[in-house]
Amino acid sequence: MNLLGPIGLSHYLLVSAAAAAIGVTVIVMKRNAVAVLMGVELVLNSAALNLVAFSRFVVRDVTGQVVAIFVLVIAAAEAAVALAIVLNLFKNASSIRLDEADLLRE
Amino acid sequence: MNTETVLFVTLAAVTLIPALGLIFLRDIVRAAFSLLMSFLGFAGLYALLGADFLAASQVLIYAGGILILLLFGVMLTRREPIQVRSGGRAFVVPGILSGLLVFLGSVYVVQNTKWAPAMGTVKETTSSIGRELMGRFVLPFEIASVALLVALVGAAYIARRDEGEA
Repeated sequence: MNLLGPIGLSHYLLVSAAAAAIGVTVIVMKRNAVAVLMGVELVLNSAALNLVAFSRFVVRDVTGQVVAIFVLVIAAAEAAVALAIVLNLFKNASSIRLDEADLLRE
Repeated sequence: MNTETVLFVTLAAVTLIPALGLIFLRDIVRAAFSLLMSFLGFAGLYALLGADFLAASQVLIYAGGILILLLFGVMLTRREPIQVRSGGRAFVVPGILSGLLVFLGSVYVVQNTKWAPAMGTVKETTSSIGRELMGRFVLPFEIASVALLVALVGAAYIARRDEGEA
């Protein structure tokens, strides 16, 4: 791995790794359900960046980009469903703090 | 320092610094707009990788669609100005630890793998993406479209269930 040379695969993978790490940190740290969703979106985006980088540097065709489009589609579906769930949580618990969503525990 | 390096470093900064804002900003609306910058940075990286169609989709779907959805989620669930607190002191160390774990693990893998580079160059992407979607990937394409439809109908149903029975 030569970080000082021309921009190659590892540079993109490192950016993607950093984004994924930030996303995971957000998911673990935050209590607000919408903030956790934002972390999930960040992780999905970094996965898509990996796919595109491999598509460019390793496979050299558009396969990775097509799969990244599927990631985009699934991310949109996930965001819609998750927000519906968050709205329901808000309706039932008047709060979207995830540590207060413990109805099943009682 | 050639042009590509400069562009890459700038775009990586545009991607990662706003992403860090997601951790440190307490106002969730500000965090959402910081995420918008990060999405645009990703779109720039896609463009730099030669994926023009994907960069445009990224701007349309993420920056235009998903972020609006998140902002709706913020607006529909806010009582008072929302301060996003982290989950107390108990969650800071596990959060940072899991982030570091993911990062260091990925760095380890990146450093220790020999990716086989292939020959040939990518030409214009939009038409070949369309051909792939209708050819080799037609089954996943149809499944994804059905999944999207089901997810959106289900989301609408879950979000306003109380009108009928409850």
